[in-house]
Amino acid sequence: MVAWFKREKQKLFTTRKKSIPDGLWEKCPGCDKILYKRELAKIHWVCHKCQHHFRIKPQEYLELLIDDGKYEEFNAHLKSSDPLKFKASKKYVDQLKTAKAKTGYNDVLRTVKGKINGRDAVVAIMDFSFIGGSMGSVVGEKLARSIDYAMEQSLPLITITASGGARMQEGIYSLMQMAKTSAKLSRYSQSGGVHISILTDPTTGGVTASYAMLGDFILAEPGALIGFAGPRVIKQTIGEDLPEGFQSAEFLLEKGFVDHIVPRKDLKKTITRLIEFANA
Amino acid sequence: MAEFHLNFEKPIIELERKIDDLKSINAAGNTDLSQEIRKLEDKHKKLIEKTYSNLSRWQRVQLARHPRRPYSLDYITRISPDFFELHGDRNFADDKSIVTGIGSIDGMQVVWIGQQKGKNTKDNLYRNFGMSKPEGYRKALRVMELSEKYNRPIICLIDTPGAYPGIGAEERGQAEAIARNLLRMSSIKVPILIIIIGEGASGGALGIGVGDKLIMLENTWFSVISPEGCASILWRDASKAELAADAMKVTAQDLYEMGICDRIIKEPLGGAHRNNDKMAEILKNIIIEELNRLLTFNTSELLDRRLKKYEKIGVWEE
Repeated sequence: MVAWFKREKQKLFTTRKKSIPDGLWEKCPGCDKILYKRELAKIHWVCHKCQHHFRIKPQEYLELLIDDGKYEEFNAHLKSSDPLKFKASKKYVDQLKTAKAKTGYNDVLRTVKGKINGRDAVVAIMDFSFIGGSMGSVVGEKLARSIDYAMEQSLPLITITASGGARMQEGIYSLMQMAKTSAKLSRYSQSGGVHISILTDPTTGGVTASYAMLGDFILAEPGALIGFAGPRVIKQTIGEDLPEGFQSAEFLLEKGFVDHIVPRKDLKKTITRLIEFANA
Repeated sequence: MAEFHLNFEKPIIELERKIDDLKSINAAGNTDLSQEIRKLEDKHKKLIEKTYSNLSRWQRVQLARHPRRPYSLDYITRISPDFFELHGDRNFADDKSIVTGIGSIDGMQVVWIGQQKGKNTKDNLYRNFGMSKPEGYRKALRVMELSEKYNRPIICLIDTPGAYPGIGAEERGQAEAIARNLLRMSSIKVPILIIIIGEGASGGALGIGVGDKLIMLENTWFSVISPEGCASILWRDASKAELAADAMKVTAQDLYEMGICDRIIKEPLGGAHRNNDKMAEILKNIIIEELNRLLTFNTSELLDRRLKKYEKIGVWEE
């Protein structure tokens, strides 16, 4: 991405010491500004110049939202057992291994209970860097258990999505997680449960077409790509270029599918406001 | 669609032609060929049995897409001759890729929801190749809610290559429409029978595919993405679809083994496309049997069972 910063071969006469260590800087995809990572982390990975929201990990959302970063995590041990013994150009078990090594977690979704401005909530957050945030059996089961728990304890449920859709490597099992999570949400909602859905970049496919679009309140981060079919598929199907801003959070707001676009810095206070309203 | 044959059907078709030729010679009356004809007919039957008893997944996917296969309206008009179509989502449009309406089966009032492909190019353009748009899913939900109001069971026939990926479909909330149906169908207070009659591609199929029983015809497929879609993403080559069909395990037999499909309906010998009337008759009897069973449950039993059905789907390690 930042080729001239990450240059490995030193073609100029500089010593190693003087070269800038890899990973200290980040180039903003929104405005090309070079940003100092340590500063960026302090402002939750939003470019101070153009407000571009970088993709962040579940851990960063937990730090952003949960009081004092204190939470109880559930079912972190659940992992995929590769039910189809799936192999394409890569073996699914190897993809899982790589993703686990990269992220340090067993699957896409992290589910926790914690306090948001003093109020208990169940929070389920996806990690896009784990096989494209795809939803397979583990995501479906962990979310289902979170919904059950939120229902038993009468707690609000906050979901934060970042996903390319259902996980192909688990075939029909993955597709059925859409039905499973929606069925659970239906019962939860009928029991008075509160679901706040936060769509982040990107939220597409089977995740959008199930629990992400089923929030009582649906919020989106600025600029997030949100849709059912991916832009490439649509372009191929219709054989035309897509309009500017198509499938952006702003486009969805315009078309009536999200309640509000909320910048990351206002996320905690907005969630608090909605929980306060719902529990009043 | 006068002539359409899959590659593996060709030897059968050639034999059929030969038999027809002999029959016309025989009918002319100069030579008695009845013995030869009987021999060939015997051979024909054995060839069909052999060909169809050992189909690969990819062959089943091809059969599921066979243009002479019965589509939703072929079944609906045969099973409920009094079918009365209800059009439109009351919001934007009438999606022709999903047919909805009321009908009776041996005196029992039901609601039909069926994805409809076209029989020829013109018809396919009209039906959008069976690819539904948000207004299709919303029409289906509207009619299912009527069904709930009047306490009539719902039969959903699934046959789609996928939800339509277009600009308008996204603008009108394809994802929201499907998600809403999943949510509502999981708690609609009347029996819902889901029957895959051809292709069950992804969310486009599931959008009218949540219910009390999932039944699949013998030569159908249902998966998270089409084999071609999977191949083009995971192999970067759509021509690897055959491999993808095997890798994703997409057939009725696969889904039955996984415990996701509740029942497989055997098709007439040689596939549903060889005998639409017979296929419709088989389906009718199974629908009656299944609905009668579902109608014995009271509403809360029905909904509990439905939730439990979906709750247990998935495979993971603790």
